[in-house]
Amino acid sequence: MKKLMSMIVAILAVVAGLALWSANLKKTQGATGENTLNFANWGDYIDPALIKKFEKQTGYHVNQETFDSNEAMYTKIQQGGTSYDLTVPSEYMVEKMIKAKMLIPLDKSKLTGLKNFGSLYMNRSFDPGNKYSLPYFWGTLGIIYNDQYVKRSEVEHWEDLWNKKWRGDIMLIDSARDILGFSLVSMGKSMNTTNPTTLQLAKTKLDALSPNVKAVVADEIKMYMAEGEAPLAVDWSGEAADMMWDNSHLHYVVPTEGSNLWFDNFVIPKTAKHLKAVYAFLNFMNDPKNAAQNADYVGYSTPNDAALRRLPKKVQNDKQFYPDQDVIRRSEVYKDLAPKTVGLYNDLFLEFKMFRK
Amino acid sequence: MKKSTTNAAFYVPYGLWLALFVVAPVLLIIYQSFFDISGHFTLGNYATYFQSGTYILMTINSVVYAFIITAVTLLISYPTAYLLHYAKHKQLWLLLIILPTWINLLLKAYAFIGIFSQDGGVNGFLGMFGIAPKQFLFTDFSFILVASYIEIPFMILPIFNGIEELDQGYVNASRDLGAKGWQTFTRVILPLTMNGVKAGVQAVFIPSLSLFMLTRLIGGNRVITLGTAIEEHFLVTMNWGMGSTIGVVLIIAMFLIMFLTGERKRKGGRA
Amino acid sequence: MKKWKWSNLYLIFVFILLYVPIFYLVGYSFSAGDSMSNFHGFTWQHYLDLFADTRMIQIVVDTLLLALLSSLIATIIGTMGALAIHRTSRPVIKNTVLSMNNILMVSPDVIIGASFLIFFTALKIPLGFLSVLMSHIAFSIPIVVLMVLPKLKEMRQSMLDAARDLGSTTTQVLTHIIMPFITPGILSGFFMAFTYSLDDFAVTFFVTGNGFQTLAVEIYARARQGISLEINALSGVMFIFALLLVIGYYFIQQGAQTRKAKHKGGETL
Repeated sequence: MKKLMSMIVAILAVVAGLALWSANLKKTQGATGENTLNFANWGDYIDPALIKKFEKQTGYHVNQETFDSNEAMYTKIQQGGTSYDLTVPSEYMVEKMIKAKMLIPLDKSKLTGLKNFGSLYMNRSFDPGNKYSLPYFWGTLGIIYNDQYVKRSEVEHWEDLWNKKWRGDIMLIDSARDILGFSLVSMGKSMNTTNPTTLQLAKTKLDALSPNVKAVVADEIKMYMAEGEAPLAVDWSGEAADMMWDNSHLHYVVPTEGSNLWFDNFVIPKTAKHLKAVYAFLNFMNDPKNAAQNADYVGYSTPNDAALRRLPKKVQNDKQFYPDQDVIRRSEVYKDLAPKTVGLYNDLFLEFKMFRK
Repeated sequence: MKKSTTNAAFYVPYGLWLALFVVAPVLLIIYQSFFDISGHFTLGNYATYFQSGTYILMTINSVVYAFIITAVTLLISYPTAYLLHYAKHKQLWLLLIILPTWINLLLKAYAFIGIFSQDGGVNGFLGMFGIAPKQFLFTDFSFILVASYIEIPFMILPIFNGIEELDQGYVNASRDLGAKGWQTFTRVILPLTMNGVKAGVQAVFIPSLSLFMLTRLIGGNRVITLGTAIEEHFLVTMNWGMGSTIGVVLIIAMFLIMFLTGERKRKGGRA
Repeated sequence: MKKWKWSNLYLIFVFILLYVPIFYLVGYSFSAGDSMSNFHGFTWQHYLDLFADTRMIQIVVDTLLLALLSSLIATIIGTMGALAIHRTSRPVIKNTVLSMNNILMVSPDVIIGASFLIFFTALKIPLGFLSVLMSHIAFSIPIVVLMVLPKLKEMRQSMLDAARDLGSTTTQVLTHIIMPFITPGILSGFFMAFTYSLDDFAVTFFVTGNGFQTLAVEIYARARQGISLEINALSGVMFIFALLLVIGYYFIQQGAQTRKAKHKGGETL
């Protein structure tokens, strides 16, 4: 008993020590109640140097919390209990959050640098007139190939993935809408199809792709592709940029039939309490110099045209990540579908994943 | 009388925990399993579960994989626990077996990806003998191996405790009575350590039914378990009703397994 | 004695198996590249990055604080629970309580996390350190119970009866006989609770808020951009620290025990 008691005391002492250390660390990071900005962001999705710069310039402290899926972030905000001032959902989630009345409209009079954004990226269907959101990064869905095994001419179209040549060679991103989506596009249908029969056909077509599929994975896909584990993958452009940075044999193609066009966007949830800090931060991030620095760090495509002009010519002219306007026009933005249809997409995708030969 | 009051006092914090963090969430899950994705009351989730071949197939898959994982883990863990019992510094070794579990699962999975990949450690090793690179990742083999790896410490610990409880006297008596090593093991040691084995099986089998991370990272989603489906329903489809339904099925499965591997009534009084 | 060598070989094999991925991780923390493929030559850079990353250090400190505190409280409640269950004589109640005890151990984390989230928000408990602490205590209690119960069963009733016959009060029996006897079980319970707390991602993710972040959540979130070797360096530091702690603790214990054993007249291990 004495031994147990002394152990409890020892543990409590260590806990107290850690608590002091933690409080100290918080103080050095400048966090106090009032001047903070609670920012819910994807992991590693902003240049930390920019946060430091912002804190230095404005005196606000950025409290960053990370999430790893739109839905999980949505659930947390919807349930309440969080106090996020700013977050970065993808476009369909912005639409869903607008419908659920979870967002505060942007006060345009407090925003600067709006003219820096390219017209292609503004006023999209998920938020007409950008009442609630500002684009942060954007991109497409496409095919990544390794030039040691695959020629570019062999993957110009989605249909090319079904070529018997690629048996067990393709990695797919674990996302129901994207995978069923490219199957739909290859059939000449919309990525926002809600017709169950059409979706069933798209799934049957995917089953035929099954022998070519090596794995259906998520973030790991970058590591796998960079290591040359598979010659082909279907993934988002931002992810492709990361892989290509690690392996120069990799290239990215948006098939000519078109693809998905995605946007991650700044929005202010209803839980926001530090609106002044939010607008200071948005204006800071809209500044072309800062946006360019961020795009350089994150490696995704920036919707800030003024920032793009500050990036190296090589980046500006890179058709993989800044494709021609007509490719963008041919691509579709996801709509927020009814829960039933989302359910159908996911059930079909689950069935596809379980399908073996 | 005195005994029962202290007993009640012990039950207060624990009972409070049971009520708040076990009973309440379980009721919540059961309640939710009766609602469809648009929030209407329905029995449809259960109908879907039992009627669509997908979920039944998934359940069978999960059970088969969990069974194999448990068997492999047990085969590796029992001898380890047994030998540990007779080793010098056994408590230290035991601590060292738990230590790897302190490293984040995701990191260990990434390490395995590195080890099993086309130009990873294993293929490099095989290459030294002139064997061409083989596909290890996304195979049943690698999935079962990594899953077993994760579960081994959770199996060794209860078995080790079971063996520690074993009275060395019985073993010696059996030897003195002329039993061969193997006979002593099957007739004396194994039955007497069965409780530890059962605890280990419970600790490994049931969580294996709902593995989800490894099925994607190492199995490449070629292996789909109930855990994957729950994960998707809660985090992607946001169909909490269906997710809860599978959760209810898992809880029932757990009660079944507890019942099957649980303690039978002891003969005669208290042990 | 010839059996000795053979068995050692098997144990060594199992240990190699358990430690290969860990060494692999730690090995790459010294690689000059930026991913876990193809070693690029030796560097300390990732360790320098780690020590300069105040956010990361803050998270590690918070994670350890949380793990220690939650497993301590869980161990206390769990031990009391085990004592209560042990004294319950009606098998029906006993089995029901035991089954309920195990529910949290077998439920998938996502379900636990989501239902705790609903629970906390319904009770208007703000999300943050407190809600995470309560959740970690909650899911660590069952493992403590499972670790302590077998030790209680091992205890002989005759021993307790003898103590009572000699006039000990219930409290004395508890503190002088029962507690010392089940201490190993309590310690392994604490150890396992600590392990569960360190490893948890899904539950923490759902119930955290207000800037409180644990290491597991941060690692999962960072995985989106590929795991940087800074995380490997962190694993290296934590692992070596834990290793030293465990070995150090063990030998202090060992020293204390041999001293005791000498007094008692030697008990062979």
